[in-house]
Amino acid sequence: MKHIWTIIDKEWAEVFQHKMVLFTMIFIPLFLVALPVLMLFFTGQSMGGEIADDFSELPPALLSFCAADMTPGDCMQVYLINMFMLLFMMIPVIIPVTIAAYSVVGEKTTRSLEPLLATPISTFELLAGKSLAAAIPAILAGWVSFGLFLIALPLIGVSAPVIRYIISPTWLLAVLVAGPLMAIAAVNFSLFVSSRVNDPRVAEQISVLLIVPVLAALLAQLAGVIVINLLVMLSFIGGLVLVDIGLIYLGVSIFQRETILTRWK
Amino acid sequence: MIKTENLTKIFKIKKGADIPAVVELNLDIQEGEVFGFLGPNGAGKTTTIRMLTTLIAPTTGTARVCGYPLGESNQDIRRNVGILTENPGMYERLSAFKNLTIYAKLYDVEDVESQVRKHLQMLGLWERRDDPVGSFSKGMRQKLAICRALLHEPRLLFLDEPTSGLDPEAALLVRSFIEELRSQGRTIFMCTHNLNEADRLCDRIGLFRTHLIEVDTSQNLRVKFFGRKVVIHLRKVDPAWLPQLQALPGVQDISQVESKLVITTEDPENLNPRIIRTLVTAGADVQFVGELRHSLEEIYMQTMGENQPEVTES
Repeated sequence: MKHIWTIIDKEWAEVFQHKMVLFTMIFIPLFLVALPVLMLFFTGQSMGGEIADDFSELPPALLSFCAADMTPGDCMQVYLINMFMLLFMMIPVIIPVTIAAYSVVGEKTTRSLEPLLATPISTFELLAGKSLAAAIPAILAGWVSFGLFLIALPLIGVSAPVIRYIISPTWLLAVLVAGPLMAIAAVNFSLFVSSRVNDPRVAEQISVLLIVPVLAALLAQLAGVIVINLLVMLSFIGGLVLVDIGLIYLGVSIFQRETILTRWK
Repeated sequence: MIKTENLTKIFKIKKGADIPAVVELNLDIQEGEVFGFLGPNGAGKTTTIRMLTTLIAPTTGTARVCGYPLGESNQDIRRNVGILTENPGMYERLSAFKNLTIYAKLYDVEDVESQVRKHLQMLGLWERRDDPVGSFSKGMRQKLAICRALLHEPRLLFLDEPTSGLDPEAALLVRSFIEELRSQGRTIFMCTHNLNEADRLCDRIGLFRTHLIEVDTSQNLRVKFFGRKVVIHLRKVDPAWLPQLQALPGVQDISQVESKLVITTEDPENLNPRIIRTLVTAGADVQFVGELRHSLEEIYMQTMGENQPEVTES
């Protein structure tokens, strides 16, 4: 455990020396919080009129989001907010990918990997340290973003039923459990890529592909192909747990010190 | 301290023939010995160090490092050896102190701070401890890398090209420090292209090019390759003296170079007085007597198949 913390400390000390990395880590979550907040604010302003009291004006797809105590305007806001659930889940995926993608191949190109591997650190400790160093700030950023989002909601006049909807089990599972699991999967995939390539740029480009399935899910949700409810979320979390276990196992078993040190082409 | 038996490393290259990097290496290095491992680029020296520090696995053969079997007790080996890699490979954005602290923790050093301070002070880097390593000169980075290799007080130290690319002043500093380590009785396995450095620092030399060609002290290698030669400076040489000298038992060969006689013998300590007596009796004016000392470079070049001998006198 001591070695894992040493690697985390080292990674953070290095990464946070880069002001742009720090800026990105703060800017992306704030931007992704600002988007739904602004949308809710403007929709709240504009929905005082025609559909404020008339459920018959709502498309059938929106009715499924309505709770008993919601107005048609609330239903509309809940529908819109659901579109942003995946954005909150994306925060822990976007932030750590480039950090993790650089972490092994970056050390290889700066020649610091050899002395590091010559220490009595085990492969698991090394990968766990690097993985946690990338995942922890991303997970925290996701949680803090969600916290800011919740704080902002009453301030922009979002009604109590809508806020209750957002702190429902589906949302909480999405942000507090699925997001971190996605971060772990993203980080381990990026580390896997990082330990197989010889150029940090290649590692970053391949790792960024991780965003594609998340974007696909977002588009599918927008198109109404998938509706995220508690059952879907629990199934998704179950699948993520398996994916994470598989990626961690794969990462440790495929991390060949010798190949990493001697292969340059 | 290091014992290898037929240690071999063959790299498998895709779509091509296997590349033997190290073939059947047999070494027996004693505790406290400074061993120089010499060979051209691509000879397999770094591969050997990597095998002995458990970074890569041998294809065949066995080895014991610090008493631990390679492949079975790799963690124990890593705890007991220090390595100065060919490139220092420090974390350039971090301070010297932070760099060493990280490694001290990874090596499970007990009193991290005092050990880091001790080594930074020892190599004259304490005043720069808070500066990022990226601002250091190459010599300073090399010294810092040596600090890193020593942090956990290893019993055995591997130095891969310790003075490579350093200016003469920095190289001298590093060499002096290696001499200090030697005086402390550390076992050192050193790869270098600097043959004078190896000659000066190493108890034994291993000449290596995929295979181990020769292992011995540099003095024994000189005798083996060139024999022992005495050079006698005379005011002038009379050719009549040469048969008299040739007749002395123990003289193997005599050659004349201007006003100097170069005499090959196995036992100059006992033969020299007789040679001098013979020459003085014959009327020669002896100016100087010395032993011709072939450089390690000549031995190296001859061993590596590019024999261009050039004698220098000690």
